[in-house]
Amino acid sequence: MPGSTPASVSADLHALGEPLVPAGEAEDLSRRRLALRRFLRHPAGMIGLVLTTVLVALGLLADTVAPGDPFAFAGPPLSAPSAEHRFGTDNLGRDLVDAIVHGLHTSAVVVLWVVVIATVLGVMIGAVAGYRGGFVDDALMRLTELFQTIPRFFLVLFMLALFGSSFKNVILVLGLTSWPLLARVVRAEALSIRERQFVEAARSLGASNLRILTRHVLPNVVPAAVVVIALLASRIILLEASLSFLGLGDANVMSLGFLVSNAQRFIRVAWWMSVFPGATLAIAVLAVNLLADGLNDTITPNR
Amino acid sequence: MSLQYLIRRLVQIVPAIAAIIVITFVIIHIAPGDPVDAVASGNGDDQYYAFMRDKFGLDEPMWTQFRTFVGNVLGGDLGVSFAQGQRVSTLIWDRLPSTLLLMGSALVLSSVGGVALGLLAAKRPFRFVDLGISTAALMGYALPVFWLAQLALLGLAFELGWFPIQGMTDARADYTGLAHYRDVAYHLVLPSLVLAVSEVALVARVARTGLIQQNGADYVRTAKSKGLSANESLLRHALPNAMLPVVTVIGGRIGSLFSGAVLVETVFGWPGMGRLLLQASENRDHPVLLGLVLVVAFSVVLANLLTDLVYAWIDPRIRFR
Repeated sequence: MPGSTPASVSADLHALGEPLVPAGEAEDLSRRRLALRRFLRHPAGMIGLVLTTVLVALGLLADTVAPGDPFAFAGPPLSAPSAEHRFGTDNLGRDLVDAIVHGLHTSAVVVLWVVVIATVLGVMIGAVAGYRGGFVDDALMRLTELFQTIPRFFLVLFMLALFGSSFKNVILVLGLTSWPLLARVVRAEALSIRERQFVEAARSLGASNLRILTRHVLPNVVPAAVVVIALLASRIILLEASLSFLGLGDANVMSLGFLVSNAQRFIRVAWWMSVFPGATLAIAVLAVNLLADGLNDTITPNR
Repeated sequence: MSLQYLIRRLVQIVPAIAAIIVITFVIIHIAPGDPVDAVASGNGDDQYYAFMRDKFGLDEPMWTQFRTFVGNVLGGDLGVSFAQGQRVSTLIWDRLPSTLLLMGSALVLSSVGGVALGLLAAKRPFRFVDLGISTAALMGYALPVFWLAQLALLGLAFELGWFPIQGMTDARADYTGLAHYRDVAYHLVLPSLVLAVSEVALVARVARTGLIQQNGADYVRTAKSKGLSANESLLRHALPNAMLPVVTVIGGRIGSLFSGAVLVETVFGWPGMGRLLLQASENRDHPVLLGLVLVVAFSVVLANLLTDLVYAWIDPRIRFR
């Protein structure tokens, strides 16, 4: 299992338990309410949720919070943090507060798109494999496993070097390589849900496979999938930053990884160039990890 | 270990290696741009292009090209670097040992440190020490490794002057023999510690979970009721049985250890594959990048194989499944 974060490890190591599957809508509602109540009482999860919300909002509102071009000259180069430039300026006189806010924008947009792509692929592949079973399942899961044997970081790097590292390519390449873990978790859930009585009931009432899949299987896959998606998000933040750090991000887009890499040459004279962007990155990853842990503890209580 | 298990496990790596070769081949062929352009960088005339296409077999049918590719890769021929003109296999082979040294040290540090912290935390779950370790692990896991490297450089190397700043050896001194090894070890401390941090965090978490689970099991209770102290039951009974998930984590992290090593190397100027990768990606030096992807991917397959064998050695039940 390459590159797992803690909660995913526990998800992998302990076989996926039987989910508490509802018999009807009323129970479904109460189950959701219970999960919500548990999450609201989970301090780490709540801290993660609040921090994540603040950072995402800051990123998405970057143009309002820090208007103007983040690459533009804003003050004397390499000036230390002051009242005017609270995080200082970099070697080209760019304001680091503005740069970090726009870096957060990039992280947020990348994560959102990659999650969308990976979710569509992962849920589709996983649900079909788990629900159909047999040959289809075998083929799809072997494919997923083989895909996972190639270290993602190097695969992504290689593809970006070959295809060019435009912003669109970064999103596409990360999206196309992020689905395997999700597919495996969704498959495991679908496999157990398939055997439940309510699915059998739906089938005996003459529901089509598509209807069973979309109305009965997928809704019950959601809790497990949400946890994996949250974990995925924190890994994508780090992966995008690492790529930009190595100069494989889009050079026209501000990014936290680029800021840290730019700080390398000036580390002796301008510590703030490294400290603030890096700390932002660490806080963002921590926030999403806390959120994922909280979700793992509360919305999938059977584990 | 039964021979059957070994053979079955060896056969299983064939599809993995095939997948690596097929996926890289497909990526190369759907990538935009003419490979001859990359070599000629816009200077060649039509005749040159025709010559190069013929020389590299670019007009051959796809199947023939694939066969050549498979033959070359399996034969260890990874082509020639566009930028440096040297054989890719030589370039990688020269730098692999220092990267492996870094990774190996980090792996040992994180395994020992992680299990030790896990034991400490599991001794009194949900008490002060445990909460401290768990929180630190959560933090350690979130730190981007390249930033942590810069912080270590800034604080421990520049400000405090405890460690050397760049490289693997002291360029001014020309040590030989034992002094040389000591010099390398001194340069190794900071990069390997930084690389180990996120792994320590993960191993500690998994070890803690496993230990707490095992510590509550019936056989440990039996051991305790026979008069074994808490420490003894934890070390003698819970620990061996909690090692399996720890081994999984350690073995499964070789891929990310490689990527971490590459990032740490660029910050510390460690002369390993990281710098090669950085140069290659700046120059869009495709043969070198392909070589690096293949070497890392094959290493990961090998590491997974080793993990499974260690697994079977630790837990005899697996051998007979």
